[in-house]
Amino acid sequence: MKIAVLIKQVPGAESPLQISSDQKWVDESAVAYVMNESDNYALEEALQIKEAHGEGEVVAVSLGPERVQKTVREALAKGADRAIHIKMDTVEAIDPLVTAGHFKNPLEEENFDLIFTGLQSDDLGMGQTGVILGEMLGMTTASLVMATEVSAGNIKVKRELEAGWFQWVSLSLPASITIQSGLNTPRYPSLKGIMGAKKKEIKVIEGEGTDAGQSMVKMYLPQSEKQTVMIEGSADQVVEKLMDAFRNNVNVL
Amino acid sequence: MDILIVLEESNGQIHRMGLESIAAGQRLSDEMGLTAGALVLGGNADGLADQASKYQLGEVLKVKDALLESYSADGYSEAVKQIIDQENPTYVLFGHTYQVRDYVPRLSAKLNKPFLVDNIAIRVENGQPIFTKQMFNAKLSADVKANGSGPFLVSFQSAAFSMDAAVAGSASIRESTVQLDAAMIRTKSEPPFQEEAGGVDLTSADIIVSIGRGIGKEENIPLAVELCKALGGELAASRPVVDSGWLPSAHQIGSSGQSVSPKLYLALGISGAIQHVVGMKGSKNIVTINKDPDAPIFEISDYGVVGDILEIIPKLTEAIQALKN
Repeated sequence: MKIAVLIKQVPGAESPLQISSDQKWVDESAVAYVMNESDNYALEEALQIKEAHGEGEVVAVSLGPERVQKTVREALAKGADRAIHIKMDTVEAIDPLVTAGHFKNPLEEENFDLIFTGLQSDDLGMGQTGVILGEMLGMTTASLVMATEVSAGNIKVKRELEAGWFQWVSLSLPASITIQSGLNTPRYPSLKGIMGAKKKEIKVIEGEGTDAGQSMVKMYLPQSEKQTVMIEGSADQVVEKLMDAFRNNVNVL
Repeated sequence: MDILIVLEESNGQIHRMGLESIAAGQRLSDEMGLTAGALVLGGNADGLADQASKYQLGEVLKVKDALLESYSADGYSEAVKQIIDQENPTYVLFGHTYQVRDYVPRLSAKLNKPFLVDNIAIRVENGQPIFTKQMFNAKLSADVKANGSGPFLVSFQSAAFSMDAAVAGSASIRESTVQLDAAMIRTKSEPPFQEEAGGVDLTSADIIVSIGRGIGKEENIPLAVELCKALGGELAASRPVVDSGWLPSAHQIGSSGQSVSPKLYLALGISGAIQHVVGMKGSKNIVTINKDPDAPIFEISDYGVVGDILEIIPKLTEAIQALKN
């Protein structure tokens, strides 16, 4: 079983986000980067499938500038066998068709049985790359996957539907699957893994720019939809004011 | 037609988000002087077409095909592609449902045309629509435009448009056909099921105490439980808490959990990602405590406290208990 896991490096949940001066993106110099959350689950699922089958290969694939190699190394330290870095400096490319297009040729050459991607990225949140890539490579696709069962030539996945419903779907391989957060418990890299990662191969491919079907006009802070009453003071003062609001405005006490 | 609105079924009815996209399509049609129609497909195409014909639309297309009776990404992406090829719309609108997320990216790749997803607003500038989308887990907003010529695929976030804004009318129904072959459909679906039937019903609660990632660790959950008991409310959570295994998924609020509108929604350590907000935005009073002043949940809150929930929760519990005794 040969599995590609697409890993995106994104600003961490706690990272400062300053809008850049051209208002087209964030100021990257202020950002603390991490591995995209659902990609971390996708990587774990791939590693568990490989371990359960006792053979196979997990390849971490990432698109972005030089800095993404830090996140790629983290994937290698967790157990990916090797990595492919598609090098591309453009930060404003927001069109998933363009993004998926970067992955198409490098992945096609490798003949993967499975491509795993996180459900969506924590920056753009387009949630499309894995499914588009599946179509481009003639693979079957399923999204929002909460469990996987791999057998010969086939993968059965538990898809999350809306409002607490689920559905099992069988797909013939090769398949491109988007993984929902929470389906496993991602591991931390071991010290041995971190040391071993330094010797693992990262193949670097230069990406090429193409025309985008959608582009950024402007980024800005969201406009508040409500007049929020901000309550300030020490913890005791805050509690006092909250009690007053609960009693006299919200009417729940 | 210029605008094609693709509708989906939910329990025999047009999916609520489909009605919302009818409202969006009608608005785009008015503002840009374009014609709009709807497309229904699948096992219940007749029923959905009848329902859709009661709205102000140019016409309703229905596609009946044995291979579309149950949903598949292969079948639906191919069928909608063929209809788009036949009708040549400039804009194809969808609600941003889980089904749409599953097959419309395939459709986008088949057409090699962009899919502008999960929009919260749309406006027309110099004859061109500008779409507004949340990015960075709703911490920032982005205006996005489509380039080149259509068809452009566009989806709208739940409640971006009100279904009540969909204008009633009378539309003609036209049956259309697609060429599908059983070998195209390479997936097999089992019937949908619910994991924890009869679990926690949060939808009728008046008071909900909801915890997010900011609760920090499982050992802190009892603090929230105590507060919840003191208030006489129900305990709920955002996805990270459920993913961490700290509370069962029956407590989850949001697109993959329950949608609620209590009198008081007390959001503790919840950042306010889109997937959560769609499930609680309708609450009468949203009170938020979060240490991050930039947490997007403040934007929809009636009362906000920038502070440490672990310090405030026990004091609040104590004050409520004192009052009730």
